[in-house]
Amino acid sequence: MTAYADPAPRRLRLPRLEGADPIRLIALAVAVLLVAAAILAPLVAPYDPLGQSLISRLRPPVGFERASPGHWLGTDELGRDVLSRALYGLRLTLALAGGGALIGLLIGGTMGLVAGLRRGWVEDLIMGLVDLQIAVPFTLIALLILALAGSSLEVLVLVLGIAGWEQYARIVRAETRRLAAQPFVESARAAGASGGYIARRHLLPNLVSPLVVQFTLALSNIVILESTLSFLGLGVQPPHPSLGSMVGLGRDYMPSAPWIVAVPALLIVLLTFAVQILGDWLRDRADVRLRER
Amino acid sequence: MTLVILRLLAKTALTLLAIVTATFFATRLSGSPMETFLGEGLTAEQRTQMIAYFGLDLPIWDQYLAYLRGLFEGDFGLSFVERRPVADVVAERIWPSVQLLLAAVALTVAVSIPLGVIAAVWRKSWVGSAVLALAFVGYAAPAFVLAIFMILVFSYTLNWLPVVGSSTPLHFIMPTIAMSGVLIAALTRFTRNAMLDVLGQDFIRTARAKGLSEAAVVLRHGLRAASVTVLSVIGLQVAGLAAAGSVVVETIFSWPGIGQLLVNAAIVRDYPVLQFGVIAVSFAVVVVNTLTDIAYSLADPRLRLAGN
Repeated sequence: MTAYADPAPRRLRLPRLEGADPIRLIALAVAVLLVAAAILAPLVAPYDPLGQSLISRLRPPVGFERASPGHWLGTDELGRDVLSRALYGLRLTLALAGGGALIGLLIGGTMGLVAGLRRGWVEDLIMGLVDLQIAVPFTLIALLILALAGSSLEVLVLVLGIAGWEQYARIVRAETRRLAAQPFVESARAAGASGGYIARRHLLPNLVSPLVVQFTLALSNIVILESTLSFLGLGVQPPHPSLGSMVGLGRDYMPSAPWIVAVPALLIVLLTFAVQILGDWLRDRADVRLRER
Repeated sequence: MTLVILRLLAKTALTLLAIVTATFFATRLSGSPMETFLGEGLTAEQRTQMIAYFGLDLPIWDQYLAYLRGLFEGDFGLSFVERRPVADVVAERIWPSVQLLLAAVALTVAVSIPLGVIAAVWRKSWVGSAVLALAFVGYAAPAFVLAIFMILVFSYTLNWLPVVGSSTPLHFIMPTIAMSGVLIAALTRFTRNAMLDVLGQDFIRTARAKGLSEAAVVLRHGLRAASVTVLSVIGLQVAGLAAAGSVVVETIFSWPGIGQLLVNAAIVRDYPVLQFGVIAVSFAVVVVNTLTDIAYSLADPRLRLAGN
């Protein structure tokens, strides 16, 4: 970027497939497929995810002995269809992760912008909070909050939001400070633009690209956190399925009915793997030097 | 130099105080912690008695100061569930957790540093890509998924390894691997990046130019220079990741450590145990981080000079 860089906002373009390799393309396809499956779950799920059937309990996936036709991936200990539960679980997991990542983006982005623009004790306070958040293992904070406030979906999505805010705050603050020193911001300020105007017109458009990258990278971490908490019984509560809680609840039936845990567990890995590769791809394209975590 | 260390120590003390304060008030502000715990079966009198027994009838500032004083005197309160000092409940859990942690860190270092070096040296061949892909998979698989698949294969299908307990060396295998998965992935990627940085520098070209063997260039000159950064990451990242991992892994394998204790305390809402556990583990992580920072600034001459 030259000293007289164009201050006009970079438009958010649809990502072209630059730097694509087979693995990245597969990851993209998997991610699109999973998101589509999650959105369309009510339409494509063959059964009610909560519907129990005592006569077809613990049936294996189609192709194995004793399989029950129509239950493609088998049934669980209450005769619920594993495929339908996995689809709805994926839906809930993705919704929670997306909501959590958005909350983190809002909190962290605002904090970072304020820290970068205000300086002084405000910045010290915010960066102190960031350091604190980095210092304390977040799983512990999550355990504490969920034990105190109960495991409702609202609390859960808030916990997931708090999980990653400090990353956004650091990135936004660093970028804001860098941009604030650029001639186009200086000249805007010299021309009498207010702080809010500069933030909206000159800073935010330039922050979009690093934030999109961080959002994608954070998403897979949040999926892992949500699954882990639900697996431990502190996240999504029964009877509603999330991928993590399906694994946690199915654990007791592992010796005789491994498909109950294998299906959601594989979905979790597939999802986080695809999202992570996409995040990495975006990072390469955006060429922002984010710190390796 | 002394100034740098003093500043680090002051910052650590402040962090620790913030952790204690936040934990304490979060616990108290969410209502009387006894309410959920006491349940229905008590008379009003018994209830008052219990609340007084745990010191919950005092004003919140007095409780806070009493709690702080207690922390300094080694009195961390009483467990609601076990009705005995929290310190005792936690103390007997420390050694199993430490054992598992040490095993996991040892495995992580033994696997990921060689892998990272290999990925850096052969970064343009399929070997480097394969290692990197493996690191991605390791990073994508949460500890509990790794544990579940291992249990399915090695315990239920092959019948080789025990699932629950911690009494024999065999019991260590799966928990150690489950804990190490993410750590290995993170450290491999980091070692690779650190090596790539180092291998591009002038002194490496000099070493090659004076005719050293490639192995000597990579290991004696490259790895030694990269090891400072790598070691700092072991301190900074591993402490945090391991604390999170132990919560999950100990729960799955019924490992009698702090992680399992904390999850159980969260589920039955045994606040004194949960509160002290969070504080204790955070303390451990923060102290390890500070020690790493200090060691790092001692080891790196540039940082040593910057302090003066």
